[in-house]
Amino acid sequence: MKLRVLAVDDSRTMRGMLDAALRDAGFEVRLAEDGIEGLERLNEEMPDIIITDINMPRMDGFGFIEAVRAERRYRGLPILVLTTESAPELKARARNAGATGWIVKPFDEGKLAVAIERVATV
Amino acid sequence: MTDAAEQHPVSRREIVSFRVANQDFCIDIGSVREIRGWTPTTVLPHAPPYVTGVMNLRGAVLPVVDLSARLGLGPTEPSPRHVIIIVMIEEMTAGLLVDAVSDILTVNGEEIKPTPDVAAGPAKTLVEGVLAIDERLIRLIDLGRVFPDHERGEP
Amino acid sequence: MSMNELREGFFQECEDLLEALSDGMAVIDAGNADSDTLNAIFRAVHSIKGGAAAFGLEALVEFSHAFENVLDAARADRLTLQGEALALCFRAADRLADLVADARADQPSDSAASATLIAGLDRLLGAPSDAPPAAPAPPADEAVAPAFTPLSAPVSFDLPAKKGGAPAAAPDAAGGMSHYCIRFAPSRETYATGNEPALLFRALAAMGDLSVKADLSRVPPLLEMAWDEGYIIWNLTLHTRAGEDRLREVFDFVEGACNLDIRRLDAATLAGPQPGPAGAPGGTAADAAAAPAPATPSPAPDTVATDEPAARPGQGAPARATIRVDLERVDRLINLVGELVINQAMLSQSIDEANLPSGNGVDSAMGQLRQLSSELQERVMAIRAQPVKPLFQRMSRIVREAGHASAKLARLVTSGEATEVDKTVIERLADPLTHMIRNAIDHGLESPEARKQAGKPPEGIIRLSAGHRSGRVVIELSDDGAGINRARVHETAVARGLIAPEKDLSDEEIDNLLFMPGFSTSPEVSALSGRGVGMDVVKSEIQRLGGRVTLASMPGRGTTVTISLPLTLAVLEGMVVEVAGETLVVPTTALRETLKAAAADVQRIGAHGWFIAIRGGFVPIVDLGAELGFQPGPEGFVGRVLLLIESGSGRRAALAVDRVLDQREVVIKGLENNYGHVPGIAAATILGNGRIALIIDPDEISAAPAPGPGAAAPRPALATAAGA
Repeated sequence: MKLRVLAVDDSRTMRGMLDAALRDAGFEVRLAEDGIEGLERLNEEMPDIIITDINMPRMDGFGFIEAVRAERRYRGLPILVLTTESAPELKARARNAGATGWIVKPFDEGKLAVAIERVATV
Repeated sequence: MTDAAEQHPVSRREIVSFRVANQDFCIDIGSVREIRGWTPTTVLPHAPPYVTGVMNLRGAVLPVVDLSARLGLGPTEPSPRHVIIIVMIEEMTAGLLVDAVSDILTVNGEEIKPTPDVAAGPAKTLVEGVLAIDERLIRLIDLGRVFPDHERGEP
Repeated sequence: MSMNELREGFFQECEDLLEALSDGMAVIDAGNADSDTLNAIFRAVHSIKGGAAAFGLEALVEFSHAFENVLDAARADRLTLQGEALALCFRAADRLADLVADARADQPSDSAASATLIAGLDRLLGAPSDAPPAAPAPPADEAVAPAFTPLSAPVSFDLPAKKGGAPAAAPDAAGGMSHYCIRFAPSRETYATGNEPALLFRALAAMGDLSVKADLSRVPPLLEMAWDEGYIIWNLTLHTRAGEDRLREVFDFVEGACNLDIRRLDAATLAGPQPGPAGAPGGTAADAAAAPAPATPSPAPDTVATDEPAARPGQGAPARATIRVDLERVDRLINLVGELVINQAMLSQSIDEANLPSGNGVDSAMGQLRQLSSELQERVMAIRAQPVKPLFQRMSRIVREAGHASAKLARLVTSGEATEVDKTVIERLADPLTHMIRNAIDHGLESPEARKQAGKPPEGIIRLSAGHRSGRVVIELSDDGAGINRARVHETAVARGLIAPEKDLSDEEIDNLLFMPGFSTSPEVSALSGRGVGMDVVKSEIQRLGGRVTLASMPGRGTTVTISLPLTLAVLEGMVVEVAGETLVVPTTALRETLKAAAADVQRIGAHGWFIAIRGGFVPIVDLGAELGFQPGPEGFVGRVLLLIESGSGRRAALAVDRVLDQREVVIKGLENNYGHVPGIAAATILGNGRIALIIDPDEISAAPAPGPGAAAPRPALATAAGA
């Protein structure tokens, strides 16, 4: 069974890239434009894993992760953060919000797969 | 001449011929959009006398030029027997008021001769060449010079 | 999606992002640098960088990275965007737009320009505004702003080796077998972040020979267990050729959220026992088959946020769903609806003429049809309407560049950017507006020194506003400069033979000389505005859009140019009148009242001028039939119907007509495309009977002088210029 990934990014370009890369890597993909839409899609799609950007309007990645984690049934849901930096502060913040891990941009298919494998049962 | 034409089929062109003030004229068929019967036009203020006004062609507003007046052959008294040829002149669409459309002909480019020097005035400037068919002299109109819009800026 | 489509999508997105950036910069420029705005512009640049990196657009990545660092510092309050710093950011935003355009066109960018700006941006970070700018400071925050990583760089989960107490042991560079001992004690946080030890073990197992032992010594009695705590300590040994950095990479996501100790076993470490946590050696070992299952029952109070997404401090209104549609499809739709409206009018007229008995149901059905088709038309036209904001944003760049080029200080202040105008109008306004702004800065604003002497702030203000006014869109451009030098304008007009020397002109007339073809007061041709393009070109371009330009100037206070445009290019409310057998339409927006001329009120002044007295003032009477050349000048106006109109510039005139037929909405059909501008005529429309009626241009008609009997006589040059 294919894993279903919910990818949340406000950038059309990035959504397109994620969609293409994840599909090529054999995942089922759902997309959302920001944290708010991410939360809406979450309950409809029941993804196996979430990949989210941090800097987004309306609700940023941190807020989104906190909101996901606030729901009991999503406590163990793997959430990967997309970031352009690997600064320790950013990781700490993502983790404090409840992120499982991170993917440093720019990403490619291989990098995505490695990160996903580390947090989800592929 | 026919031999030459067969060797240069590229120079064949189709023309629409029509009558204005008892003379024969023609234009390239590529410029012709359609041919319609005369309908009354709305007068345009400050327009040259040969612009009879504007007409409604399925929602578009087109100016109509009285070719006879334009050629200096006297104004036409339009009646339902008259015909308007809708032509494209570059980006512009316009109507040409003529007496009647005679024919669609295929001619060789070489058959078109320079305008003889006998003519003068508007007829001379508007006619870019002549051709003889069945002993009739048909004058080829230079559409680019017909319309006043293209003379804007000239005194 | 193909790579090309993704790339094109990226550039389309860049347009939006650049707009958001420009938007935010304007807000900051106005002194409202709140955190929402700073975050928004940071995000915009950040997104451009992200996408650019994905497509390997290195020049763009490099530049946006430098810019982003400055914006990041600003949103973290490490830098205040004002003065020099703000000016630099404006230039950086412009440069970013250029880089995007160059990348899109696949052409090399001016790398020197980028480099200069990047150096400037870096300097901003090196010397924060509140610090002494002395030392050639190192980059302010190396941690947050690491050096730019090019696309081709290897994937690196670079972890500073300061935590965990393990000095970054040199990996086995030779690639030989190493033996690692890993003690991994997941904490509550490890599980709370959704990490799963078994998956990490799987990754380690893929690297070599792994053995896993669970240390259960810390597991408390069941009743004392916290459901979400991690009690098990995992002791792993791994035989692998991989270096320690690769091992650490596996634990990247949990490092800091667990207790982790990685050691490469050599003789020395094998000698001593590992320092374990309090009283924890030994214990029961178990195979790592089962990871601790996340407990299901929970007393934790759940505050679920999903139902109230808006509760988070967000960025205003939720984004609306949009689609991109080929403009041609919209236009075809608009044309069809226009046809429909005309057809409906024709049908309506035929029914009227059929004289059907009343109460047949046709009337009310026709009424509904009319309403529906007119609403349909309105809605369809609205598809083409777009806010003027992007246009205004482009102008701020023009102001900066023009100010720079003419050594003047100028600032653009805009308002009414949300005003919607037909897309074609917006596109075709760009050139005239650009020219007007350059003019305002080049000729209108004084030098900073001159402004100081005049008691003005050195920085000149260019105001650009848009709004709806009586059924039209009005765009106003004003400067607070010196105003028009009327004496000089008059002198120039005389010198060029545009007006007779003895001619006495009102201030308004002098100001309007600027619109005459070939007029330019600048003695030398300026690189900026004097490119042989004058205000006359601006005027004719605006007129082609069905608009009007007027100009007002106050000496010492500045000049205002007002552009008035039709709301849509499609529909207009008009009074249908008959003149000399011709049907004409007078726009009701200009119409003030309808009157019948009484003998006592009509005055003849001079040879040909007729006036009517209205409430103490005299208004010139314009005989429409004569003015438009349909009939000779009249003998008198007593008893005729007069339509009192007021033009956009406030000039009044009484139009004499034969009959008023109707008042209705008419579909505007341009004459320009197929014919050209007709003086006094704004456009045409098609009546219910299929005939064409011309629509009067109130401005031009009221500006025309009363015609003499020989109406063909050449008019004074001024009138021709104003009307042409």
